[in-house]
Amino acid sequence: MDLFEYQGKQYFARFGIPTSPGGVADTVDEAVAIANKVGYPAVIKAQVQVGGRGKAGGIKIANSEPEARKHASNILGMDIKGHLVKRVWVEHASDIEKEYYASFTLDRSAKLHLAMVSAKGGVDIEEVADSDPDAIVKHHVNPLDGISIDEARSIAEKAGIDQPAIGGVADILVKLYDAFVKGDADLVEINPLILTPEHKVHALDAKVTLDDAAGFRHPEWEEFRVTQEYDGREKMAKERGLNYIGLDGSVGIIANGAGLAMSTLDVVNQVGGQAANFLDLGGGADAKVMTNALEVINTDDKVRSVLVNIFGGITRCDHVAEGIIEALSRVELRNPLVIRLDGTNAEKAREILQPYVSDKLILRPTMLEAARTAVELANGGNVK
Amino acid sequence: MSIFVDKDTKVIVQGLTGGQGRFHGLRNRDYGTQVVAGVTPGKGGTDVEGIPIFDTVEEAVVATGANASFIVVPPRFASAAVLEAAKAGIPFVVCITEFIPAQDEAMMYNTLKRDYPGTRLLGPNCPGVITPGQCNIGITSGDIALPGGPVGIVSRSGTLTYQALHELSQKGIGQTTCVGIGGDPVPGTNFIDCLSAFESDPETKAVIMIGEIGGSEEERAAEFIRDHMTKPVVAYIAGVTAPPGKKMGHAGAIISGSQGTAQAKMKALESAGVIVAKNPSEAADLMAEVVSKL
Repeated sequence: MDLFEYQGKQYFARFGIPTSPGGVADTVDEAVAIANKVGYPAVIKAQVQVGGRGKAGGIKIANSEPEARKHASNILGMDIKGHLVKRVWVEHASDIEKEYYASFTLDRSAKLHLAMVSAKGGVDIEEVADSDPDAIVKHHVNPLDGISIDEARSIAEKAGIDQPAIGGVADILVKLYDAFVKGDADLVEINPLILTPEHKVHALDAKVTLDDAAGFRHPEWEEFRVTQEYDGREKMAKERGLNYIGLDGSVGIIANGAGLAMSTLDVVNQVGGQAANFLDLGGGADAKVMTNALEVINTDDKVRSVLVNIFGGITRCDHVAEGIIEALSRVELRNPLVIRLDGTNAEKAREILQPYVSDKLILRPTMLEAARTAVELANGGNVK
Repeated sequence: MSIFVDKDTKVIVQGLTGGQGRFHGLRNRDYGTQVVAGVTPGKGGTDVEGIPIFDTVEEAVVATGANASFIVVPPRFASAAVLEAAKAGIPFVVCITEFIPAQDEAMMYNTLKRDYPGTRLLGPNCPGVITPGQCNIGITSGDIALPGGPVGIVSRSGTLTYQALHELSQKGIGQTTCVGIGGDPVPGTNFIDCLSAFESDPETKAVIMIGEIGGSEEERAAEFIRDHMTKPVVAYIAGVTAPPGKKMGHAGAIISGSQGTAQAKMKALESAGVIVAKNPSEAADLMAEVVSKL
């Protein structure tokens, strides 16, 4: 789960990481009230989970109340790369002497935690990594050891952080590591981490991705969960316990297992089509699960055909076939269904489905043939 | 011959008294696997269809001489269960549990590495391992596998593993061992561990490797194949059309920025001399060609 900036800052605050005084607002009046409270100049920042807010006009500095009102009313309701701005974060604008970068994440190759610190903050870190890789210090932390303040200091020094900021950066690194581990995050990132003319160090932005798998020990995450934005269909799928990702094509996909679902997308593409979604049924594929899946895909107007790709292992194909028949009695499908079933009890499954075969329910023996048929149908062709 | 497990492997099931544990544990036994004990704290002295239950792994090992463990417990208990097995001296642990928190996984992996180097963990979030005709630990359906080799399989994905097993068996090509390493970001056993074991196994003559988007394990495997493998390898990578930034079902299957794309992995494998297939069926066809020339 990706947090909004204001949530990330609230999260950081719980671990003692200093941020600018500010508040979150849903309306222009609230935004102005916060700006008056934190004092001018105040910065008004669009809360959207997409990069490039500044360039899109989603971050503005207000020097007075009328300016705060003008900027807040412009930014609230703005569309930034398809994301509607429903909220702004308002904080006192900081004087900036230097901008740094700090993050913790998991290094999958080394299987250790990775600290990344740079004296070149405030810009896209991937660009720095490309243009000036030496400007980023990468330091592994063994989860069994954690990070000490001395270690944090030496990382800051190695990264070329200015002398007056070393103590503050080291202190924040230790707290940020805490937020990463105890906070069960996949990523914690501060960009920029700033040094003020008064030689104070604090976080000017906050990027936090929480590990959904750890949700069971964080009841307090509920407040973040309610603000998560999914498109209607993703939300519907989530509520039904389906693993669904919306895409742009016209072939609806239902498969069992993440690998097979991904592979189905690829094969549809290889035969000239585009998948409308990724949908993994998971382990079971009974009538209820199948009904849920078909209902979700049925709400997608882009879909012209639906490809069901099942490989039976523990999941038995005859059960899946019965599930499909029952689901079809519950759901009025708008599009033809192309079905490929293989593996455990596949023969029996085909026998079950055979009486129902029509131009709306087509059986194909292999994944490739099923994909071809589904793509032909999606492209407006007829299949006998 | 085979890798990791064979007919002499004695397995305990941690979580045998639970619904999933019972279902898969008994299926594994029905397949012919020596399932010698179950472990559930507080249920010692009972049994599941004649399989004795112990309170701790240590007691089970002392009583049965078990040398492998199959862990089927909920995510919040999984890392403790893995470490308990390691502490009891079990050399091979299979954990199928999905949705273990990433921080627990990193802690577990590094604890095993530092304190219990004699224990190999397979998984978590994996389908397990099967040496056809001898031993099946995990959730793979045994009847789609064909004993006798000559092909070894290593895969990050469950259903694609089954697909590969099935397609090879349909063509009459047997398997030595099929290992599902799992789709999590920190797998206990990786591609290189399996490739290296297959390279040393005299009965394995060729290997199918199934990867997916995310991380860089396939690229590292490519380097290993180029430098150390004499046996032919056929590979398939899922996720060519996966959008960046989305977890495709598995916690580890995500393209981050420009990292972890299927295209980069396929290119790395191809330049290491691996035969790269465009889809799972093509992988089986290409392997059939390889086997016919052995």
